[in-house]
Amino acid sequence: MTQHITFTRRRLGTAALAGATLIGAPLPLRQAAAQAPANLKVGLLLPTSGLQAQIGQACRRGADVANDVFADMKMAVRLDIANYDTESKPDVARTQAEKAIDAGANMLVGAFDSGQTIAIAQVAEQRGVPLIVNIAAAPQITEQGYKFVVRNFPTAPMLITGALALHKEIFKASGKTPKTAVLMSVNDTFGTSMINGIKALFPKLDMPYEIVDTISYDPAAKDLSVEVGKAKATKADMLMPVSRLNDAKLIVQEMVKQRWEPMAVMNPGAPGLYEQDFLKTMGKYGDFMISNVPWLDPKSTMTQALDKRHAAKFANDQLDINGGFTFEGMLVAAQAWLAAKSTKADALMDALRKTRIDQHVIIGGPIQFDAKGQNVNIKAAAVENLKRKPTVVMPLESAAAPLVFPMPGWNDKRRT
Amino acid sequence: MTADFLLSLAQAVTKGLLTGMVYGLMALGLSVIFGVMRVVNFAHGEMMVVGMYLAWMGFEYLGLSPLLSLPVIAAIFFAAGYALQRGLISPFIGRPEHQQFLLLLAVAILLVNAALAIAGPDSRGVQLDSQFDSYELGPLVFDAVRLHAALAAVAIAGLLWLFFTRTRTGKSIRAAADNHMGALVVGLDVRRLYAFTFGVGAACVGAAGALMITIIPVTPFLAGEYTLLAFVIVIVGGLGSMTGALMGGLLIGVSEAVAGLVVQPSLKSMFSFGLLILILLLRPQGLFGKSSS
Repeated sequence: MTQHITFTRRRLGTAALAGATLIGAPLPLRQAAAQAPANLKVGLLLPTSGLQAQIGQACRRGADVANDVFADMKMAVRLDIANYDTESKPDVARTQAEKAIDAGANMLVGAFDSGQTIAIAQVAEQRGVPLIVNIAAAPQITEQGYKFVVRNFPTAPMLITGALALHKEIFKASGKTPKTAVLMSVNDTFGTSMINGIKALFPKLDMPYEIVDTISYDPAAKDLSVEVGKAKATKADMLMPVSRLNDAKLIVQEMVKQRWEPMAVMNPGAPGLYEQDFLKTMGKYGDFMISNVPWLDPKSTMTQALDKRHAAKFANDQLDINGGFTFEGMLVAAQAWLAAKSTKADALMDALRKTRIDQHVIIGGPIQFDAKGQNVNIKAAAVENLKRKPTVVMPLESAAAPLVFPMPGWNDKRRT
Repeated sequence: MTADFLLSLAQAVTKGLLTGMVYGLMALGLSVIFGVMRVVNFAHGEMMVVGMYLAWMGFEYLGLSPLLSLPVIAAIFFAAGYALQRGLISPFIGRPEHQQFLLLLAVAILLVNAALAIAGPDSRGVQLDSQFDSYELGPLVFDAVRLHAALAAVAIAGLLWLFFTRTRTGKSIRAAADNHMGALVVGLDVRRLYAFTFGVGAACVGAAGALMITIIPVTPFLAGEYTLLAFVIVIVGGLGSMTGALMGGLLIGVSEAVAGLVVQPSLKSMFSFGLLILILLLRPQGLFGKSSS
């Protein structure tokens, strides 16, 4: 096929203008134009609206300060981050992943929720674009033999094993052990994975308490009074919620109203209880609840840099693990790009497989991915809400405050 | 059955009754409009959601408790309902039902998208001190917010009953509903009465929205659920019957609460729809409805 090129006066004028601009430009600018590599384009997919909006926005804040923290840490790297809202829906997550790739994203990072992440992982695999999972615990994400997916977050069994081990440490340290517990769980992909994991792991872990009931509910539930009433009727010593944010608020609100005061509200590795919006809305009633989850390492230089930048840019918002893990997603992307020296998917994936990042922000060993793309070096911490702030109380070597256990009653003087 | 279970059951029934009263008030608007004008308001849930948003805005921007903003919201809804009926719905009265259906469906889509455009998709709720309060009566615990909302709903339903039975306008509306031609013959301004009725129905749903925001947060996507819920309630109670709407609300509220306790909370809606099918099979006109034959 022959291609005819018409050389018009207008085209000649444009070419002449471009040539004159380049010739007229100062020498350093000409060198920059010739040498500057294109930035790595990262498509960040998060639920910044809908049911999970507040958590999605907390995640995004971690990414928003990533380039500044890289600069503070003297990392010669800058990412072009484009944000895509999944609206808390897996079908929208899939469409947005397609859109991000069509817009030229070299890597994807996301998406907080397991259901949405699974939808994105399928797109990433089909289109051959690396996906770094920031937060999502469903085991199948790294069990399906995907070649373009890595996860820097524990799987549900990892979360449960770590959390239940901490339960034992807490009982030992306080000298008080509940005899019964009731599980309340959201029935989405994450919740189902957690419940299945608990059922499978519980008999093997020799826990000192018995789970007397498991109560599941819809993630979009607007009223959990019946569910909490049912949990109260079990007379369990401890409530173990596998929740998100809004449902965690509904549960605690109902517990106060129904005057149910168990020995502890302690999750087996789930969000909800430590979120900023939870602490703000629940006030004194949110204190003394314990989350057993991966947490930010306050002793890490990078965590301190992240905290400083986050506080400067978002004075009214607290840095939590949502921001921490999303920041680490960006860190993993940046390190892979530095190592690959290319934006090609295969080179980036190769670099991701060989990743070893010693300096990062979440408690645990270096960020490394196993053959399935899973980082197995993340550790859990027991984080208790004390004076409206999530505070590490276990393991003892990382504790920032002493543990308070059992939980004081709703009208106890320690709640101020 | 153990004493613990019986106590839980009593607690669930109490909670169901309190929620059911607000449901009843919401469905009352739908039933009043249909009972008088024979127009089915398919934008009912959407109107309720708008009421919830207005109460949220009053709280967020003016610091007004939803219970205090309720009369203002009801007045706004009355005026909007009156204008909507005179300007838009009136020409459709007497037209084929599918045209009325499409018109109100279009209104519903406009309302929900306007809410989405103005307030966004995030859930919006009010934070009241009373949301953590409860009252004790023997072994029973009453949720303070639900109790306040239920009492307000009962008061509004009582006022509505007084309006329809004690005032000249109320009696005229009932006359027009019973015999349209007769009302015209005796010189009643039926068009105005219809607009007034739509305004009253809209005020009921606006008030229900102001009460509901104290119990649950609002998103635009709730609208469809509420339209469906209102239909289930009025069909169970009897379309066009005020008593039926209130009793239907109580029945659905209690059945959901008890089903949540006895079976599985996530299956509670299944029982409302099971009840609906049962009523449609055994008593198609609803518990308090009049048989068309």
